[in-house]
Amino acid sequence: MNKIGLIIAREYIARVKKKSFIIMTILGPILFAGMMAIVIWSATREGDQKLIQVIDESGFFENQIENTETITYQFIQADVEETKQSLLTSDAIFGLLHIPKLDLDKPDGIKFYSTQSPGIAVEGGIEKRIKGIIEDEKLANSGLDQELIDNLRAKVDIQTINLSDTGDESESNSGIAFGVGYVSSFLLYMFIFIYGMQIMRGVTQEKTSRIIEVMIASVRPFQLMMGKIIGIAAVGLTQFVLWAVMTTALTSVTSSLIMDQQTATEQMVSQAGVDAEQIEAQNKAFDIMSITDQIDIPVILVSFLIYFLGGYLLYGALLAAIGSAVDSEADSQQFMLPITLPLIFSMMMISIVIQEPHGTMAFWLSIIPFTSPVIMMMRLPFDVPLWELALSVSLLIAGFCATTWMAGRIYRIGIFMHGTKVNYKTLAKWFVMKI
Amino acid sequence: MNLVKINGVSKSYGDHQALDHIEFGIPENSVFGLLGPNGAGKTTLIRIITQIIMPDSGQVLFKEAPMLAEDVRKIGYLPEERGLYKKMKVSDQLIFLARLKGMSRPDAVASIKHWMEKLDIMDWHNKNVEDLSKGMQQKIQFIATVVHSPSLIILDEPFSGFDPVNANLIKDEILELKEKGATIIFSTHRMESVEELCDQITLIHHSKILINGAKKDIKNQYRDHTFIAEYEGEIPISDNGFEVLHTKTMDDNIIRSEVKIGATHSVNDLVDFITSKTKIVSINEKIPSINDIFISTVKPTNHE
Repeated sequence: MNKIGLIIAREYIARVKKKSFIIMTILGPILFAGMMAIVIWSATREGDQKLIQVIDESGFFENQIENTETITYQFIQADVEETKQSLLTSDAIFGLLHIPKLDLDKPDGIKFYSTQSPGIAVEGGIEKRIKGIIEDEKLANSGLDQELIDNLRAKVDIQTINLSDTGDESESNSGIAFGVGYVSSFLLYMFIFIYGMQIMRGVTQEKTSRIIEVMIASVRPFQLMMGKIIGIAAVGLTQFVLWAVMTTALTSVTSSLIMDQQTATEQMVSQAGVDAEQIEAQNKAFDIMSITDQIDIPVILVSFLIYFLGGYLLYGALLAAIGSAVDSEADSQQFMLPITLPLIFSMMMISIVIQEPHGTMAFWLSIIPFTSPVIMMMRLPFDVPLWELALSVSLLIAGFCATTWMAGRIYRIGIFMHGTKVNYKTLAKWFVMKI
Repeated sequence: MNLVKINGVSKSYGDHQALDHIEFGIPENSVFGLLGPNGAGKTTLIRIITQIIMPDSGQVLFKEAPMLAEDVRKIGYLPEERGLYKKMKVSDQLIFLARLKGMSRPDAVASIKHWMEKLDIMDWHNKNVEDLSKGMQQKIQFIATVVHSPSLIILDEPFSGFDPVNANLIKDEILELKEKGATIIFSTHRMESVEELCDQITLIHHSKILINGAKKDIKNQYRDHTFIAEYEGEIPISDNGFEVLHTKTMDDNIIRSEVKIGATHSVNDLVDFITSKTKIVSINEKIPSINDIFISTVKPTNHE
């Protein structure tokens, strides 16, 4: 076995045998599933019950605002100032909606008072309801008859179809694409961060424990650095594969459970004619599962591996250089921020990319090597043209070759330097230094 | 024959000249003392020999041919600042380090077993390094240095961290390795072990060689005709061409004097003079120790 191979093997075995690795590998999918469950649960669960008092001086709205599942509107006849005061002392009432006398063409002056900020959902809900009522009122005033008005209203559910060059039409679902993109880019971000940090820590430890001095007569510094980077990458991939296998196993177990339930309910329907709505809800769950078929899972998986490796090598090399330059982890802080900033920035830009997955911003962020791993994973489920993918991957490869080369030059000097005050100037000096 | 020949090696780091035209040979099958104060350039020179760094000019010959990358496998290097993977088992660690030096796994295992038994640490082979005492860790590092039977062994402060018993054990091992044909470069600040072990010495100071040669020649060179005489009762030794450097009265009225003999006199003249006056107890030449030579050579320029 050559020397890099020996170093990779040592790095890999030492890390995979660690208790923390084994625990994280087992707990990872469970924790992740738990986290997702909490997110889905809180997104779909009903909010707290809220009572909103309404003082309607215009007379248009009296008992017209429909209660929702969480908000009850109570129309009262009272003085606004007094009610405002009572709002401060009462916990039972969430807020006061004051509608003054209104000009329908210019409905100004509607105010909502509450002791706590109502949140976008509540505010939007109230606005939408009032708007609807005013529109109804105006339509009614225009002399159209009610039947016509009802006819004019349209309920639209857009079905988006993606056209491809081959002429295939595939049904796309932004929600699913978003979910897949978000989860994969988040995972990628996490993997690059966690394993990149491991490189840095490992290099600093080798330097401070001086084991490096013992090995350096038998191995080139570059071999040592690459061995460590590749060894840790192998650990990351192992964890990823184990997670994927375990998650697949978990999902197939749960889905087979659902499947059993489905057949059971169908039997019940045929026997007793159970509520049709319930069945429909169940079928919808199945729709979601069938939609995952439309996202090209192999492409996503292969791209994930490529972008994980590429992004990891790009950042990992830089972090290895930092690890070699400092004497302790605490000293590394000042260099960490500029290096991890593009990674954090790409996480922040995700919301913008989602809005326009094929916009200029999304395009450039998914081409530039420092942001491309996270952003491209987000864009991928939205059908990225092949040439963009190819360009992005080639630039990423060029990018990590460049950072690895740079890191190697700093590393070969850094590992021998103890007690030097390291700043960017020193790093630049080491970079150009001959050995 | 010289196993290693340093041919006009220079190295500078920026403005700092670390080595300035260093030139010397290391005879095969000798213990070679590489001496010098801190920062003299010893570590730089060792790193050039082990090809960790490259000289700016000059070259290193190994067996009379320019040293090649694969020659490094024939070197065992114990650096001054050394460490081990703390969380790794002793045996795994040694096998890893041995294989990095190009040994096959079975060869490595056999050699490690041999050395661990020899140094009496076999019971610890399955322990993590962090569970070992400092002395034991030093033994592991010594084994890592010699495990591949190198023909050139470079030991930088090999005795640090050892108690006197274990230091002696290592000393014996060094001599045994030499007997078996190895050449040893030995760098230390412990002059008594240089005195004891080294055949050849080079002293580097301010990136230049100040002293180089066989230990006994150097010691001869630094003899300055000073003798230590012990005799009964006080007698006037000076004024007769002898210079008394130091006098001390011992027990039983024995006087001990350090006497420097001028160029026109010999030690016989001193003996004759003393015996003519009183009873002589002993007379010995004061041979300078390596420690004295080191201090007298390095000191004057140290105040720059």
